[in-house]
Amino acid sequence: MSQLRKSLWRGALAAAAVAGFVTSAAAQMELKIMAPAAPGGGWDQTARSMQQALTQAGIAKSVQVSNVPGAGGSIGIAQLVNNSKGDGNQLMVMGYVMVGALLTNKSPITLDQTTPIARLTSEYEAIVVPADSPIKSVKELAEAIKADPAKVTWAGGSAGGVDHIAAALFAKAAGADPTKINYIPFSGGGEALAAILGGKVTAGISGYGEFESQIKAGKLRLLGLSSPADKATAELPSIKAQGVDLEIANWRAVVAPPGISADEKKALTDAMDKMAKSKEWQEILKAKGWQDSYLSGDDFAKLLNEEVARTKEVLTAVGLVKS
Amino acid sequence: MEAFVSLASGLSVAIQPMNLLFALIGVLLGTAVGVLPGIGPALTVALLLPITFKLDPAGSIIMFAGIYYGGMYGGSTTAILINTPGESASMATALEGNLMAKAGRGGPALATSAIGSFVAGTFATFGLALLAPYLVDLAVRFGPEDYFALMCVAFVTVSATFGDSPVRGLTSLFIGLALGLVGIDILSGQSRLSFGVPELYDNIEVTTLAVGLFAVGEALYVASRRHVHEEKLEAVRGSLWMTKEDWKRSWKPWLRGTFYGFPIGALPAGGAEIPTFLSYATEKKLTKHPEDFGKGAIEGVAGPEAANNASAAGTLVPLLTLGLPTSATAAMMLAGFQQYGLNPGPLLFAEKPDLVWGLIASLFIANAMLLVLNLPLVGLWVRLLAIPQPWLYAGILVFATMGTIAANPSPVELIMLTVFGVLGFLMRRFDFPIAPVVVGLILGPVAESQLRRALSISLGDPMVLLQSPISATLLAIALIALVLPFVMKGLGRFKAVED
Repeated sequence: MSQLRKSLWRGALAAAAVAGFVTSAAAQMELKIMAPAAPGGGWDQTARSMQQALTQAGIAKSVQVSNVPGAGGSIGIAQLVNNSKGDGNQLMVMGYVMVGALLTNKSPITLDQTTPIARLTSEYEAIVVPADSPIKSVKELAEAIKADPAKVTWAGGSAGGVDHIAAALFAKAAGADPTKINYIPFSGGGEALAAILGGKVTAGISGYGEFESQIKAGKLRLLGLSSPADKATAELPSIKAQGVDLEIANWRAVVAPPGISADEKKALTDAMDKMAKSKEWQEILKAKGWQDSYLSGDDFAKLLNEEVARTKEVLTAVGLVKS
Repeated sequence: MEAFVSLASGLSVAIQPMNLLFALIGVLLGTAVGVLPGIGPALTVALLLPITFKLDPAGSIIMFAGIYYGGMYGGSTTAILINTPGESASMATALEGNLMAKAGRGGPALATSAIGSFVAGTFATFGLALLAPYLVDLAVRFGPEDYFALMCVAFVTVSATFGDSPVRGLTSLFIGLALGLVGIDILSGQSRLSFGVPELYDNIEVTTLAVGLFAVGEALYVASRRHVHEEKLEAVRGSLWMTKEDWKRSWKPWLRGTFYGFPIGALPAGGAEIPTFLSYATEKKLTKHPEDFGKGAIEGVAGPEAANNASAAGTLVPLLTLGLPTSATAAMMLAGFQQYGLNPGPLLFAEKPDLVWGLIASLFIANAMLLVLNLPLVGLWVRLLAIPQPWLYAGILVFATMGTIAANPSPVELIMLTVFGVLGFLMRRFDFPIAPVVVGLILGPVAESQLRRALSISLGDPMVLLQSPISATLLAIALIALVLPFVMKGLGRFKAVED
C-alpha cells in the first residue's frame, strides 16, 4: 500500500515537474519574501498571500516568508540592500508608507538602491465625517479649511504616513497653507476611528477599508475618495470630481535586492506577472477587499520615482523632513 | 432576555463536536505559546491564518478565540514560576506570584490565577454578551482628554503602591518615563533619544525591558549572592492546593479585578496593563494582610490575573461591535474575519448572529477547558522549582534570551536585554523597586500622546481637561487619591495631639 502510494506520489511529482517545465522554468523557483514589518500587518498579510498564491498556482516551488520589523520598514530595507545583494530569489514587500518613513527617518538607504519589480494592490484614501456633522460635502470641508486650517482637526494614522500626506495635499489643493493643518496622528488599530465616531475631530482620513462597515451602517458620512475623477460612482464619489484636486493611492509593491542580473530580474517579473493573473491571487484579492493595480517593469520604476519626489515635497512642506 | 436566547443558540453552535475540537486545539496552542516568552498569541494567529483559509469560518474563529484565552493563561504560568512575564499584561502577576512561588506556595498561586481567570473570563464574557451594545457607545465617547485623566489615576495609585520609600519609587518611575521617550514621537513623527539606531525608532519593547529587569536581573542577583548565603527554594510548603483561607482571600480580588479589566479592556485605547496594575494597587490598599505584600500575597495574584482575563473579553467588545481591533491579537482576529468576507462592525450582530453568538459561547467553553487543563498541571509545573538553582537560573537566562530573539531578531535587542539585566541587578542590589520602571515605560508615552492630542484638538486650551465630565471626574479621583493619605495622616496627628 505504502509502496503504491509512494509511486503514485512520485508519478504526480514527475507530472507536476513536466507540466512546470512546459509552462515555464519558473516552477523551479525557490522564492524568499521578506515583510519588513511584524506579523499581522498589511505588508505581512501581502507577503503571506503571495506565498499562498505562488505555491498553489505552481508558479514557485517554495516560498519562504520572513519578517524584519522596525521603523516603518527602514530596518527591512537596510537588510535587503546590505545582506541580500545580488540574490535573485529574494523579494521584499513594500508600500507607499515606506516612501515617507524612509524620508522622515533620514534612512541612509533609499529606494533607488533596490530593484523595483511590480506594484500589486492599491487602496484609495477616504475622507469621512461623523453622521451628525454639519459638513455635507468636500466643498464645505474645503471652505472650512480655507477659512482656518487649524480649526479643522483631522484624525488619521501615523505622522508622515499616507493619511497625513493626503490631508496636507487636500489642504494645499483647497487653497490653504498645508503647514497649518491640524492633523492628529493615532497609532493604528482603529483608535482614529473611535475618535471620529465620538465626534472628537472634524474629519477622518484613512484607507477606505478602515471605514467601510461604519459608512454602510450610517455612522460615518463618506465625503469622497482620493480616486481619479473618472472612477467615481454615486456610492463612491471622488474628491477630484468635487473640485478639489487630490489624487493619491496607498499602494503595495514588491522590490528585489540591488545587483541582480537582467535575467534574474526578468524571471522575478515574469513570476509576478503570472501570479497577478492567477485565479488564486484574484480570489485572495476579492476575499481581502484589495484593489488590483498591477503594474510592472519600467512603468512601476517610473511611478516609484515620481512618488518619492512628490512625497519629499509634501513632507518638507509640512515640516516633517528638513531639507 | 433576547441576549440569553441568542446565547443559547450560540451554545448549540459551539458544542458541535468539530467546533469543540477547534476550541481544544486553540486553547492547547494558546497555552503553549503563552508559556514561551516572545511567541505571543498574535504571532500564532498570524501564522495559522493562511492554513485556516479553507476551513469553516465558525470553526477557525472559535480556534482563534481559544488561542487568545489560552495565551493569557500560559503567560501567567511563567510569570509566577520563573518571574518571566511572557507579555506585559502578566507583569503585575509576576510581582507577588513569583514571591509566592519562592515561598513554596507556587501551587496556590497557580490555582488562584487559573480559577481567577476562569471566574473573570466567565463574568466578562457575560458582560460581553449583555452589555456590548451599550458599552460601545460609552467607549467611543472616551476622548483623548479622558484617557489622559485615566492615566493620571493610574500614575497616582500605582506609584503610591510600590516600595516603602516614595523617593525610590519615584526614581524608578522616572527611569521608566525617560525610557518611554526613546523612539519616534507619534505626534510629530520625529525620533527622540534614538541616536540614529534604527532599532530604537520603534520605542523600547516592553517585553525586553520586563524580561531584562525581572528575569535577567534576578538571575544576576541570585548568582552574586550565592557565596554569601545560599537561598533554599522549597518547591512546595504546606498544601499544593488552595486552603480555605486562600479562597477567602481570593474571591473578592477576583471580582474587583473583573470590574477593572472588562470596562477598561473595552475602551479602544484601554489595554490590559492599566487594569492589572490598578487591581494590584487596590488589593495592596484593601488587604487585611498588608504584611504579606512583598513576601507573596495571594490577593496580589488573584486580582491582576482576573483583571488580565477580563480585559481580554473586553477587547472583543470594540472588535465585534465596531470592527476596532485594540490589541495585536484582536487585529489578527479581525484579519481572520475579513478572510471570510465578514466585516466586524455594527452590522455583524445583525447579519451573522450565529457566528457572533457561537464565538461568545465558545469563549465560555474555552474558559472551562482551560480550567480543566490547567488545574491538574499545577502539580507538574511546581516541580520546575525543585530544579537546582544554578540550573534553573541558567535555564531562565536561555529562555529569556531566546524569547527576546524570537520577538525581535536583532543584536541591538540583545544588547538592550543585557543592559536592562544589569540595571535590574543594580536596582535590586540598592533596593529600588523594579515594577515602576515598567509602568513608566508603558503609561508614559500613552499619557503624553493623549494629552498632546487633547490639546491639539482644543487648539491649545487646557480647560478641555475639565470641560469633559469623564475627565473631570477622573482627575478629581486622582487628586483625592493623591491628597487623602496626607490629610488622613495630618488628621491622625491632630487628634493625637488633642488627646
